[in-house]
Amino acid sequence: MFAFIVQRLLQAIVVMLSVAFVSFALFQFVGDPINNMVGQDATEEQRQMLRERLGLDQPWPLQFVSFVGNIARGEFGMSYRVGIPVGQLIADRLPATIELVLVSALLALAIGVPMGVYTGLNRNSWLSRLFLTVSLIGISLPTFVIGILLILIFGVWLQWLPTFGRAGVVDLGWWTTSFLTVDGWRSLIMPSITLALFQLTLIMRLVRAEMLEVLRTDYIKFARARGLKSRAVHFGHALKNTLVPVITITGLQIGSLLAFSIITETVFQWPGMGLLILQAIQFVDIPVMSSYLVLIAFLFVVINLVVDLLYFLVDPRLRIETSGGGAH
Amino acid sequence: MKAEEEVLEVDSGTLARTWDRIGRFLDSDIYYSFRQSPVTIFAFLVTLTLFLAAALAPWVAPHQTLDVKTLDLMNAFLPPAWEPDSDPQFLLGTDDQGRDIFSAIMFGLQISLGVGFASVVVSAVFGTLLGLLSGYVGGRLDSFIMRVADIQLTFPAILIALLIDGIVGSLLPKAAYNELKLYVLVLAIAASQWVNFARTVRGSTLVEKNKEYVQAARVIGVHPFWIMLRHVLPNVTGPVLVIATLSLALAILTEATLSFLGVGVPVTSPSLGTLIRIGQQYLFSGEWWMTIFPSLALVILVLAVNLLGDWLRDALNPKLR
Amino acid sequence: MRKLAKKLMLMAVATALAGAAQAKTFRYATTGDVLGLDPHANNEGPTNTMKGNIYGKLVHRKADLSLEPDLATKWEKLDSTTWRFSLRQGVKFHNGNPFNADDVIFSWKRQTQESSDMSFALATVKEIRKVDDYTVDIITKGPDPILLLNMPIFYIVDKEWIEANNAFEVVRASGSTNFANVNTNGTGPFKLVEWVQDTRLVLEPNQDYWGKDQVQHNLTRVVFTPIANDATRVAALLSGEIDLMYPVPLQDVKRLENDANTLALQGPELRTIFLGFDQWRDESLDMPGTGKNPFKDKRVRQAFFQAININAIKRVVMRNAAAPTGLMIAPGINGFQDDMNDRAPYDPDAAKKLLAEAGYPNGFPVTFDCPNDRYVNDEEICTAVIPMLERVGIKVTANFQTKSKHFNKIGRAEKNNTSFFMLGWTPGSYDALNPLMQLMTTGKPGHGDWNCGQYHNPRVDALTEQIKTEMDDSKRNAMIREAFQIHKDDFGHIPLHQQALAWGVRSATVKSVIQRPFNDVDLRYVVMK
Repeated sequence: MFAFIVQRLLQAIVVMLSVAFVSFALFQFVGDPINNMVGQDATEEQRQMLRERLGLDQPWPLQFVSFVGNIARGEFGMSYRVGIPVGQLIADRLPATIELVLVSALLALAIGVPMGVYTGLNRNSWLSRLFLTVSLIGISLPTFVIGILLILIFGVWLQWLPTFGRAGVVDLGWWTTSFLTVDGWRSLIMPSITLALFQLTLIMRLVRAEMLEVLRTDYIKFARARGLKSRAVHFGHALKNTLVPVITITGLQIGSLLAFSIITETVFQWPGMGLLILQAIQFVDIPVMSSYLVLIAFLFVVINLVVDLLYFLVDPRLRIETSGGGAH
Repeated sequence: MKAEEEVLEVDSGTLARTWDRIGRFLDSDIYYSFRQSPVTIFAFLVTLTLFLAAALAPWVAPHQTLDVKTLDLMNAFLPPAWEPDSDPQFLLGTDDQGRDIFSAIMFGLQISLGVGFASVVVSAVFGTLLGLLSGYVGGRLDSFIMRVADIQLTFPAILIALLIDGIVGSLLPKAAYNELKLYVLVLAIAASQWVNFARTVRGSTLVEKNKEYVQAARVIGVHPFWIMLRHVLPNVTGPVLVIATLSLALAILTEATLSFLGVGVPVTSPSLGTLIRIGQQYLFSGEWWMTIFPSLALVILVLAVNLLGDWLRDALNPKLR
Repeated sequence: MRKLAKKLMLMAVATALAGAAQAKTFRYATTGDVLGLDPHANNEGPTNTMKGNIYGKLVHRKADLSLEPDLATKWEKLDSTTWRFSLRQGVKFHNGNPFNADDVIFSWKRQTQESSDMSFALATVKEIRKVDDYTVDIITKGPDPILLLNMPIFYIVDKEWIEANNAFEVVRASGSTNFANVNTNGTGPFKLVEWVQDTRLVLEPNQDYWGKDQVQHNLTRVVFTPIANDATRVAALLSGEIDLMYPVPLQDVKRLENDANTLALQGPELRTIFLGFDQWRDESLDMPGTGKNPFKDKRVRQAFFQAININAIKRVVMRNAAAPTGLMIAPGINGFQDDMNDRAPYDPDAAKKLLAEAGYPNGFPVTFDCPNDRYVNDEEICTAVIPMLERVGIKVTANFQTKSKHFNKIGRAEKNNTSFFMLGWTPGSYDALNPLMQLMTTGKPGHGDWNCGQYHNPRVDALTEQIKTEMDDSKRNAMIREAFQIHKDDFGHIPLHQQALAWGVRSATVKSVIQRPFNDVDLRYVVMK
């Protein structure tokens, strides 16, 4: 087990290096940051000087090498856009996104799993059909439209919730949290619902699909035959067996929540990583983009590691293969 | 002469077999379950209508919105025909450029359906294959595929699209590049979605491959390829279908975002997603028809496709009958 | 923990102030955050205004664009290259340090280093000489008729403070922290409380401001928030979470007017939006193999001009919030010629005829480069232009992209890789010389950086050289007239319009605010109810 984890972390380094490499290849196509950094009156010489100073006149493989060199020394560079060290920027933004993603994921699970179980057990009830249909409407509208509609209804018409930002933040020194104040929770509501909607639908439908399958297996029939109460059968046996795909998807979705948060955070002006990366892309803020991508790569490897470990806990039949060898 | 006859013979043989297949299909459980479910029939009809509307748009649509010469700015922002100050020749009103919304939806469906389905199929096929391999073979291959997936997931679809677009753009001459833009889009969206399939299929494969029937097949010496295809694959179709049908909406909306970045179809031939993106700017100002109708078209499409997917998933699963 | 303590202390201060006078917190928003607070680092509209709230200048530009004393009380021209400025006495920086001539000289040195993006404002200054502690002479390299116009963006920093913090060098995103980028110490009417990037920037009035007795504002606290998404910004204003925001999407102006608690404040802006053509390549990028570049022919350029129905664009796309223009500069810019602001009429038939005369009766293909996140309704304007051109026979391919890619493509970075493009321009000095240099001449350093189609006319070049140094106002004006007339007759560009400013104001809380044509909020003029 320990060797497995170590191996994974080594792989993480390879992944992060690959991501950085691809990033720098990619930045060639995002645009030139210089025009965004200088005003219209800057002379061509000034532009060239800035380009040289930032190393942007170098071919991108060289830029990649010097980026890796700097990271190895713990230097992430400075944002082209706001002139703040990237490490500090990301440290400021990470808590906002993690809290948002966490609340959204929990929301999606807490609503999606029971709804999936219900619709799986009561395949033909009208309530099941309603759940399935309504949840689809929620995902077929674009995130930005849903967000704006929520803002319009709860922010402007009813004035129950704040329309933007992350209010009521308490600074713990190493972390900023909105969990400790009423205002903090109020400003979390709309963004987290917007963000959770797609995952909720997905989880619900996956749980339903798996439930339907598992309920027909001999194993469940046998459990029933043994005279177990249907409650015990459904939740003790059936649900447990649906968990492998649900865990995969949840783990996976935490990743896509991070990605989706780009739009949600922009709509709600949520000061997190999503807003940061979108603005970085628009500004061609290379240090922020590259550091963000490398960090996210690391998060993915960790999330997937956790998911694989969870498989092991949920379904002992799955043996984690630590080294080559392939099929038995 | 002789060769030709042979060909003819083969052809008639194929034809007979095809008829035979259709006959078998009409007798089959699948068709039976289809007939038994009014919701499914309805969903099928809706999907069919939307497909036809898209395919026949150049002949059926009241306005040729793709021909920009016909657009008149003075027709902009007209409300739907039943509202005051409207023009009866624009049933669902017009957009900010004087485009007939009704026709624009039909032409937009063309692009959106094309891009959406193509990218979902590409990503589902690749993702499922890689997931099967990864889960079944395991070991180094598994590690490799999953780490590539990690790298892939790291990049938002936006960046992937810019990368692919940039590479294609720099490799191809300008004229060829403009023609290939749609394929670039499909590739970019598919690239951002295959991981969903791969990881889910891998998870299910890990479970399936330890089941008795798979082990039995292996013991009697069935080739791993056939085991994967015949035994493991059918058992992972459920999740794959769920993801595939949901991904359609996502693909269509991703396309809209990418068009904004200048990757993809130009605003002069707006897709469904682009219509929504442009229309949402006018939500507060009262020109609701610019967002609501294209959104409605998308909601109906996604709903119908998912209902069909639900049915197909159940119908294809032998254990559920 | 220290941060928390600091915050609590600030809260206590705020409460104490509230006890003294009624607390007036002004909250406002725009699309993006400031690019940094170093007064000499960035040159960007909203950033410059924020710097102007915190830092003093020798001269301040009033709401009506006229100049008024700030740190200089009076100024006079000693000879054609020397200006004498008398400095205000008894002024203190926010940290209590006194202001004197050394600070002016030090600021000049700091702002003119090569890495400063503000150096252009003092490009003509040869030297600043100290006469005594409160008098300086500014000596220019040659006669400079517009020196004063640049003084409102010459920001004065405290020499002792910069030196103590080792922050003389203007650092731009290259490694180490730039102290002056996150800390401020000016003489302006407001001082910085905190800046949390992309979240909020909080200011408080400077209690020791030299002009405290004559300030118009009645604010006790100012919170600036960037809100990137248009709809969210409108919603925040409607729900009362902010008191002012800009820009208002043009379609939402009516909504704000109809709401009892808000109103829309509209006014002219100084930016001119125009289209330009590639006039230098022998072969158009879109017509490889033909050896032709239609835009070299004046008749083709005129045809494009007359094919565009500017009034339709104004009415529908801009919802009347634009002033169609025949010139490359706006009213209010020094050198604007009111009687020359007419346009060749919209006439598609004439356009077709001109194209036929030029040898293109069936039109020709062209790619239209356009930004989609830079100017008011830029994408919509370009989309509307396409059918107009198609109707006279031109086959247009739309290439709309984000500003980062657009400016790269049409600019020097990709060697003006465009045939037909959109661009907008505000002369930073509010003088016609700047667009003449940047947009209408080319070939020399400092010239034609954004003359993306490389328009070129020797007479305009010659006139521009003379305008640079001509001190006689009426002679200079006549030269500007002539240059503009040539450019206009050449159809060098297609000027479209000056876009209008649109601010959303919460009338329930804001009593008065003054909108300057450069689209920024000068907090000096904000009065709350």
